[in-house]
Amino acid sequence: MIRHHLSDALLMGYSAGQLPEAFNLVVASHISMCDECRARLASFDAVGGALLDASVDDLGESDAAVPESSLAATMARIRAAGPVERTRPQVAPRRGLLPAPLSRYVGGDLDAIRWKPVGGGVRQAILPTDKAASARLLFIPAGAAVPDHGHRGTELTLVLQGAFSDASERFGPGDLEIATAADEHSPVAEQGMDCICLAATDAPLKFNTLLPRMLQPFLRI
Amino acid sequence: MVRSESVTRADKPGEASVSKLVGKDEMNGTAEWVAEMLLVASNSDEAAFAHLFGHFGPRVKAFLIKSGTEPAVAEECMQEVMATVWQKAHMFDPARASVATWIFTIARNRRIDILRRSRRPEPEDLPWGPEPEADPADAVSLQQESRILGEALKDLPDKQRELIEKAYFGDMTHGEIARVTGLPLGTIKSRIRLALEKLRQSMT
Repeated sequence: MIRHHLSDALLMGYSAGQLPEAFNLVVASHISMCDECRARLASFDAVGGALLDASVDDLGESDAAVPESSLAATMARIRAAGPVERTRPQVAPRRGLLPAPLSRYVGGDLDAIRWKPVGGGVRQAILPTDKAASARLLFIPAGAAVPDHGHRGTELTLVLQGAFSDASERFGPGDLEIATAADEHSPVAEQGMDCICLAATDAPLKFNTLLPRMLQPFLRI
Repeated sequence: MVRSESVTRADKPGEASVSKLVGKDEMNGTAEWVAEMLLVASNSDEAAFAHLFGHFGPRVKAFLIKSGTEPAVAEECMQEVMATVWQKAHMFDPARASVATWIFTIARNRRIDILRRSRRPEPEDLPWGPEPEADPADAVSLQQESRILGEALKDLPDKQRELIEKAYFGDMTHGEIARVTGLPLGTIKSRIRLALEKLRQSMT
């Protein structure tokens, strides 16, 4: 049962195509696990559809005018591309732990992740995204803590396996924590199962102890 | 009259059953476009596509121009978007989106490509149900909700509407987007949520 969902701002940003890649990846992964947010996203897409439908009204016909030859040119493109196979792709149910969009970044499932130790038993794997934000997978051993850190930007953490607690709240599989610049937090993984998360931030984390701060350039977080 | 033509064509057996459930008086843009999309999907119907093109071509182009694309580039991109509409017509599901909404997602993805915006991974695909077509009643409700949403957006105060347009057409940071509130999305969301539940049930 997912209790912590995407915010309206994240859904609208994703629908409008305005988010950095790392955030897009977190949103797409959460939606893969959460039909409630899938439906919410569809409603934000419907806003985009309504704006598209009204787009000619306020721009005026002239700028958007489509020449007579345009339909023929489009049909020529269609014919040049060859016949279309009109079959819907068969989607096999997911077997691994990672949702499809994330699995494509990793190049497989859990066993394809190339973990690097970052101290205290915690491991991470940085994912290749554009530089507007960064994304990484985090492995937190059962019962272990991620060093206390605040943020300069927004940090999104999506639980894939296990659970962690932060202040008074618990985050289990599929749950998303949205932390902003004001939040100082120290998530602790629950006993019983190692916790694996997808985390994205649009600013470097600042750890509140000396050692992790010195390590920051090496960790690229 | 183009409209009555499309109704007649849509009444062929087994095709575009959505239009049968909507009385002629209620026949409005949204349902009409659905019937034509289904004709493109089932028959590669060029007349239906031409009609869709006449309506959505200029809208896609306007959307691209308003989002900062040069008019000459916008014409070419619009043609690519409309060619994709033809090629992917069989993926359109009227229980989950209006035609305008579906075309918006294609145009948005094309805009991200041309403006070299951030890559945007898609969520995991949903499995298609054993039924090849969506339940027509679900499709009708969703199309009605889409129309109501469109009208509600038009009725918003200018300032609020401008902010929403800026979020979709312009360049807004995540923080700025957080200030856009008050969108009337409850009913359409519930409708889509039900359609997803039905789909999940049909798969088990």
